[in-house]
Amino acid sequence: MKRYSVFAIAREAMRNHMGWDRAWASPEPKPAYDVVIVGAGGHGLATAYYLGRNFGITNVAILEKGWLGGGNTGRNTTIIRSNYLQDPSAAIYEKSRSLYETLSQDLNYNVMFSPRGVMMLAQTHHEVRGYLRTQHANALQGVATEFISPQRVKELCPILNIDGPRYPVLGALWQARGGTGRHDAVAWGYARACSDMGMHIIQNCEVKGVRSEGGKVTGVDTTKGFIGTKKLGMVVAGHSGQLAEMAGFRLPIEAVALQALVSEPIKPCMDVVVMANTVHGYMSQSDKGEMVIGGGTDGFNNYTQRGSFHHIEETLRALVETFPIISRLKMLRQWGGIVDMTGDRSPLISKTPLGNCFINFGWGTGGFKAIPGSGWAMAELMAKGEPGPLAEAFSMWRFKEGRFIDESVAAGVAH
Amino acid sequence: MLTLECPCCGVMADETELSPGYEAHLKRFGPGASPEEFEAYMFARKNPKGVHFERWRHAYGCGKWFLAARCTATLEVFGTYPAQVSEPPPEIIATIKARRPDWEGFK
Repeated sequence: MKRYSVFAIAREAMRNHMGWDRAWASPEPKPAYDVVIVGAGGHGLATAYYLGRNFGITNVAILEKGWLGGGNTGRNTTIIRSNYLQDPSAAIYEKSRSLYETLSQDLNYNVMFSPRGVMMLAQTHHEVRGYLRTQHANALQGVATEFISPQRVKELCPILNIDGPRYPVLGALWQARGGTGRHDAVAWGYARACSDMGMHIIQNCEVKGVRSEGGKVTGVDTTKGFIGTKKLGMVVAGHSGQLAEMAGFRLPIEAVALQALVSEPIKPCMDVVVMANTVHGYMSQSDKGEMVIGGGTDGFNNYTQRGSFHHIEETLRALVETFPIISRLKMLRQWGGIVDMTGDRSPLISKTPLGNCFINFGWGTGGFKAIPGSGWAMAELMAKGEPGPLAEAFSMWRFKEGRFIDESVAAGVAH
Repeated sequence: MLTLECPCCGVMADETELSPGYEAHLKRFGPGASPEEFEAYMFARKNPKGVHFERWRHAYGCGKWFLAARCTATLEVFGTYPAQVSEPPPEIIATIKARRPDWEGFK
């Protein structure tokens, strides 16, 4: 792999950019691998990358039904934060956020991590108490957050209406080191680094069945034939239920549609991420100038990657109230992604009833921010066969044992 | 927008008039159940891509619960029926089989 650098750009500028390599190879699958990962989204590719980098396991195939990063990795609103209430969540999301800080250097690929600050507005007294509690929890967890006054909110984001008619801003939970990243670049950067280590990224290869013998997986049947493996990692969103059914177990997951939209581009007007969970909407401005807006989930199972229009109306109504200047903006695009919601709104990074099969599912509405940390924890689980400290609380058996990591109450709806 | 006919009051109700209640026909377990049974009732879900049976409540209408058969891959509605049954009625099954010949059946 040729390194990307300012010198490479200068060199290519002199020869009409004819010398750039393909960022990753597209090989035909081998009959068998040491590790097969199902799903070449951010989480799957990050899992493969840390298997290679941290554990030296490089005889790896990453199978993708569609195209690389074409699911939720390319559909989210790119928010990165780690201000969670529960200890296991704070640990893995903070690991992830800290990995994002140096990810561009680690991958030699600009993922455009922008630690511009994330602000979660408190608009009811209940929310003020909740965020004060989160702030104290974060202090104990080593996550730097602070509860700020309405005046400080206004200084950080002047276009915010803090005297709203329904829900005036009473303060905010502020994580200065949170921010945004370039979602596609995260997938592409990991893919390039994995391909460079000799791993096989196989796109347009759908898994149709999981073969097992005596409680152990022997391989997967795919649209490109049977592929044998010593260890199987399933790292998908949306179709986790179908994969689990192929492997013979059932999950505490329901798939619903989550929507997002972007406006026409306008001049720079906000340089932080704002989340308003009471009225339910969140917004940031992309480098192109579009306002990136996250909406709500539908309340019913859905695999269509499109959601109900009334949720867009609700989100925009809330945001116009919060940011009056956007009232005449036109929306350019709107789309949906299928998110896997678990019973406690926390993910599963877990062993399964099959000995050499591991799952990383259920990131719900907040998976993008977790990509590096999730890959790190999943790689450790797959390499050692036992979860490390980051993953152990996220076992799929926690529902039977009553050890929930209850972020549905702690984090509210918006992730 | 999703539109379902409430079998209790006969109104064709828009999604905004309804509250979703997720998977139908779950077998209830309570005190005395094993942890596995309780987990299966409380958390484990079919989450199918295709034919799905689910609970809805006509929240901003007659207020009654009812059940619906729906395809999660296309949002096609096969029919709605009252909630006081432990499995889908034969006419709903027949409708689904007519439109989805390769459907494996209710299980």
